[in-house]
Amino acid sequence: MKKFNFTAVNISIMPHIPLEEHLPGITGLLEYRQDTAGPIRELTQTLLRGESTLTPAERELIATVVSAGNKCRFCTSAHTAAAALLAGEQETVTRVLEDIETAPVSEKMKALLTIASLVQRGGKYVTPAVVERAKKTGATDLEIHDTVLIAALFCLYNKYVDGLATVTPSDPAFYSKLGDRITTHGYNRLKQGYDHLKNK
Amino acid sequence: MPHISLPDNLYGIRSLAMYRPETGKPLYELAELLLRTPSSMSGAERELIAAFVSAGNDCHYCCSSHAAASRYLFRDESGVVDLVLENYQEAPISQKLKCLLTIAGKVRSDARTVSTADVEKAKQEGATDREIHDTVLIAAAFCMYNRYVDGLATNAPAAEEKKTWEEMGYKMGAIGYIPPQQVR
Repeated sequence: MKKFNFTAVNISIMPHIPLEEHLPGITGLLEYRQDTAGPIRELTQTLLRGESTLTPAERELIATVVSAGNKCRFCTSAHTAAAALLAGEQETVTRVLEDIETAPVSEKMKALLTIASLVQRGGKYVTPAVVERAKKTGATDLEIHDTVLIAALFCLYNKYVDGLATVTPSDPAFYSKLGDRITTHGYNRLKQGYDHLKNK
Repeated sequence: MPHISLPDNLYGIRSLAMYRPETGKPLYELAELLLRTPSSMSGAERELIAAFVSAGNDCHYCCSSHAAASRYLFRDESGVVDLVLENYQEAPISQKLKCLLTIAGKVRSDARTVSTADVEKAKQEGATDREIHDTVLIAAAFCMYNRYVDGLATNAPAAEEKKTWEEMGYKMGAIGYIPPQQVR
């Protein structure tokens, strides 16, 4: 897999629809229509933080690889931060984004990340051979299922975030804070809402 | 044959929701909210966007089922569905819906290419912010459903089984999106 780079089609300074200015990226969208945000958040919480034989750090790697494949800057930055925080080191996620096959992850994770990047291109790219490779390296049916659904879900997120041209902050500190929020609180809506983020 | 062991008496997303009900529940709820909950866009139009995106992603199960739901909901004008899937620019639909389908098509291929001009044109034809939002989210959601259904190689009835699809379209249009374990 070649090293990804973002070719800027258009860097948004203004979203296509009016969104809360203090909530860039996905958060403003999830607040814009809260009824649809409910199941989207619930699905994400189950897949990325629910009980699983894959660690939350491994599942965040899947989200990051897919977001990078879709060239979604906001999601790639946010989930890179979350993956690094959960793993306690930055190197793994950096190397996975450069090349899955030489990255310091298990053979099983290499197979699952390969499936995820194929799902990002389209469901039909997932062949019996790549699924066999995953099973031979110890992946269960449920792990393969969850990998495909996490990858598909991040195609939803990436396209939602970029299709409405949400604002992508350029300050790395923004993503450290966001990474901290999703590793500490997960993907459920904060009980107090997001007003406390105003004027920051 | 599916890539993992799925209940063999069910097709597509239904076999997946039965396999993992915990994720099936929010997936069905999202479809119900996007396609059935009252909106300024009709259910028929929203199903058409879903079928259009699924056709672009070459997802036979999702395209055939949502096209059938759209036909059911369009009633006397059901013929419009196939005309849109063939060439929406020439189809007998409103300019607004054409603009929204253009946006949905770009979300499907590369969401970063949805331009200010595309959105402005849709607004000039009467699309509201909320309709633009919902179009983008329906298109994005179907990029998820299509990849989920095909990424695990789920089973589907053959295209020729017209009666099966028609019944499916009726259930989706008239009853809505209820996960399989609840209607058994």
